[in-house]
Amino acid sequence: MPERLWRIPLDLNKVSRPKAEIHILKDQCKGCGFCIQYCPKKVLEESDEINARGVYPPRVVDEKNCILCGFCTAVCPDFAIFVKEKQCKDGC
Amino acid sequence: MAGEKTVLTGVHFMSGDIACAEGAIAAGCRFFAGYPITPATEIAEHIAVRMPKVGGIYIQMEDEIASIAAVIGASYAGLKAMTATSGPGFSLMQENIGLAAMTEAPCVIVDVMRGGPSTGQPTLPGQQDVMQAKWGSHGDYEIIALAPSSVQEMFDLTINAFNLAEAYRVPTLVMADEVVAHMWERVTIPSAEEIKIVNRKKPSTPSDKYMPFMPDDLVPPMACFGEGFRFHATGLTHDEYGYPRTQSSETQMKLVQRLCDKIRKNADKIIRVEEQMLDDAEIVVFAYGIVARAALSSVRKARQQGIKAGLLRPITLWPFPEKHVAKAAEKAKAIIVPEMNCGQMVREVERAAKGTPVFHMPKLGEEPHTPMEILEFIRRYGR
Amino acid sequence: MTETVEQHPLSKYLRAAMMPHIWCAGCGNGIILNAFVHALDELQINLDKLVVVSGIGCIGRAAGYINVDSFHTTHGRPIAFATGVKLANSELEVVVISGDGDLFAIGGNHFIHAARRNIGIKVICANNFNYGMTGGQVGPTTPLDAFTTTTPYGNIEHPFNLVHLAAAAGATYVARWTTLHVRMLTMSIKKLLQRKGFSFIEVISPCPEIYGRHNKMRTGLEMMEWFKKASVISNFSDPAKAEITPERIVIGEFVDIQKPTYEELLHNKMAQIMKGEGE
Repeated sequence: MPERLWRIPLDLNKVSRPKAEIHILKDQCKGCGFCIQYCPKKVLEESDEINARGVYPPRVVDEKNCILCGFCTAVCPDFAIFVKEKQCKDGC
Repeated sequence: MAGEKTVLTGVHFMSGDIACAEGAIAAGCRFFAGYPITPATEIAEHIAVRMPKVGGIYIQMEDEIASIAAVIGASYAGLKAMTATSGPGFSLMQENIGLAAMTEAPCVIVDVMRGGPSTGQPTLPGQQDVMQAKWGSHGDYEIIALAPSSVQEMFDLTINAFNLAEAYRVPTLVMADEVVAHMWERVTIPSAEEIKIVNRKKPSTPSDKYMPFMPDDLVPPMACFGEGFRFHATGLTHDEYGYPRTQSSETQMKLVQRLCDKIRKNADKIIRVEEQMLDDAEIVVFAYGIVARAALSSVRKARQQGIKAGLLRPITLWPFPEKHVAKAAEKAKAIIVPEMNCGQMVREVERAAKGTPVFHMPKLGEEPHTPMEILEFIRRYGR
Repeated sequence: MTETVEQHPLSKYLRAAMMPHIWCAGCGNGIILNAFVHALDELQINLDKLVVVSGIGCIGRAAGYINVDSFHTTHGRPIAFATGVKLANSELEVVVISGDGDLFAIGGNHFIHAARRNIGIKVICANNFNYGMTGGQVGPTTPLDAFTTTTPYGNIEHPFNLVHLAAAAGATYVARWTTLHVRMLTMSIKKLLQRKGFSFIEVISPCPEIYGRHNKMRTGLEMMEWFKKASVISNFSDPAKAEITPERIVIGEFVDIQKPTYEELLHNKMAQIMKGEGE
C-alpha cells in the first residue's frame, strides 16, 4: 500500500469500508475508561447502567464510525471489549 | 556419551565431598547449581569436572539463594537437581527450601556443617545446623535429612537422598560435617545395576484432566514443564489445581497437613538407624555423623570393661527416629548424646526417651569427641 | 451494537478459573497481560513449550493467569528459578513477568547476573514506581520527591534507570514502553520472544489506587494522560539518558544486539567435552 493515495482507486466502487462489530463483555469491565478515552473515533461512551462489578461499562455510540483499529481491544486490562469485522453480505 | 561412565564401579580412595558428587551422578542427578563455600566447595568442583561428561548441567550461581531457586526450576523442568553448601549458604537457602516443600519439588541439598554461628569457623567441623535442617524455613512442613558418618556413606546416602526426594516429592538434606566431607577413605562403588534408583511418579491422567497437586497416596504424580500439561504451581497456599487459595482455611489445613503427613505417615519406611550392641544396653550412646565413629569405638571399649553399652546411630535425622530411641530407652539407665553443638538433637532424644536420664556432651571447635572422652562419660553413668 | 456474553477471542490463553484477575480498576497489569497474550497469538507460539515464571507482587499473579506451564516463585527469585528451567530444558521458551521491586530490589542481583551470562530468558518488568501489593511503599524505581507510604515527606533516593541497568549488565534486547503504547509494546514483546539472548522490556504501568493516590493522579486515566503527555519515543538513543520525570518519559528500543547465549556456549562446550576434547 502506498503511503498516500495519489489518485482515486480504480476499484473504489467495488470495495466497501469494513464494518465493525463491537463486542462488550459488560460484566468483565472494571470501569477504567481507557477504551472510551483513547478511541480515535470516539465510538464509545460511558453507559448509565451499572454492571455486576458496580461500575459503568462503555457502550457504543455509533458502531458505524469504528475503523477497526482495535486499540480498545488492546488497551483493555480486563479483556472486556473486542472488535471484529462484520461478516455480512451486501447491504448490511 | 563417549563412553564416559556415570557410575564409577570399583574401589576408590576419595574424599567425602567427591564421594557425594559421585553419588549424585550415580543417582541420576543432571543439574547442579551452587556457590563456593568451605567446606563444601569440592563437591561443586568435582561436579564441574564430571557433570558435562555425562551430559549434565553445572552452573555456579551468584549466591546460594539463586542456587536453590535454580535447582527447584531444574527439578520442575524434569531433571534431578542438587546444590551443596555450608551453614551460611544453608541459612540463605531456607526461604526457598520452604518453596520446594510447598511446591513439592524433589531436590537434594547437601549441607557440610562447619562451626557457626555466622561465618564461625569455616574449616572446622560442626553439627550446629541439624535443628535448622528441620525448622529453618518458616511455616509448618516436613523434610527428610540424612547424616553420613563415613566417606562411603557420603556416596550411599546421596543416592538415598535422591531416591527419597523423588519418592516423596520433598527437599531432602544430606547433613554432612566438615570431617566426613574432607576425610579420604576407601569407597566401594557398586555396579549401576546394583544401585536402586527411584524416579518421581508421573501422571497417568490426560493433560486436560491433570491436577498437579491431587495426591495419590499422599504424594501427587508430577508433570514437568514442556510435557503439555500446562499446569500452575505457586508458593501460595493452593488447591489441587495449583491455584492460589489465600483466603481458604480449609485449603490451608488440607494442604499443610498433607505436606506433613506424607513424611510423618511414611516415617517407618523412611527412617534408617544403625544399632550396635543395643539389645541389652544399659548405657546408650546416641550419636550421628563423624561423632558416631568415635562413639562406636568407645562403646566397644566399654564392653571390654564390662559395661553394657550400645550405640544408636540415626542415619535419618529427620523424621526423627523416636520409636528407636524409645525402645532403647526402655532398658537403658542413661542415654548419652555427644554432639558437636551446644545441645540440639539431645532435646529430641529427651522427648522420645520419656524419663530415662539423658546426658549431653557438647563439643565445639577443631576436634570431634574422642573415644576416650565418650568412654569416660559411659563409665561415669555405667557404674 | 452487539452486547453479548460470548468469549473474548484471547480467552483461550487465560485460565478461566482464575478470572477475574485481582488487579484494580485502572491498573496497567491487565494491559501488559493483554499485550503478552496478543503477542503469543500473533506469533502462534507453541504453548506447550512456553513457561511463564513470576515473583511476588501484583504482577506476580500473571503467571497464574496465563494458561501455560507457570510457576509463582518466592519474592525476587523468578530469574534464578527461570535460569534452572532454561538450562534444564533449553527447548523451553522461558518468560519472567514481574515487578520493579521483585526484579530490581530483592532480586536485583539475579537480574544483572542473568543478563551478564546472557541466559536466554525473557524478562518483562511492570514498573509502577512502588510496592503496590503491600500498600505503596518506596521502591527502587520511585522517582525523587515522589510520595509513598514510607516516604511521607517525599523520596530522597535516586531511582534506578532500568533500561540503562539492563544495557550495562549485558542484555541483548532492551526496550521501554508505557501501557498506553500497546501497539509498540505488543510488537516489542514479539521481538522479545524471537530473540535468543537475555531480553528485557520495562513497561511503565499505572498504579492509580496506590502510587497515583499519593501523587495527585487518582485514576488510571490521569496516569495514562501523564504517559501520553510526557512520553518521547527515542529508539536506539543512549539508555543512560532515558529519563523518567514528570515532564519527560523516554521510551523506545535501546538495545538489539546478538551475542552467544549461555546455553549455546554451554552446549558447545559439553559437546566438545563429551567428544573428549577441551581438557
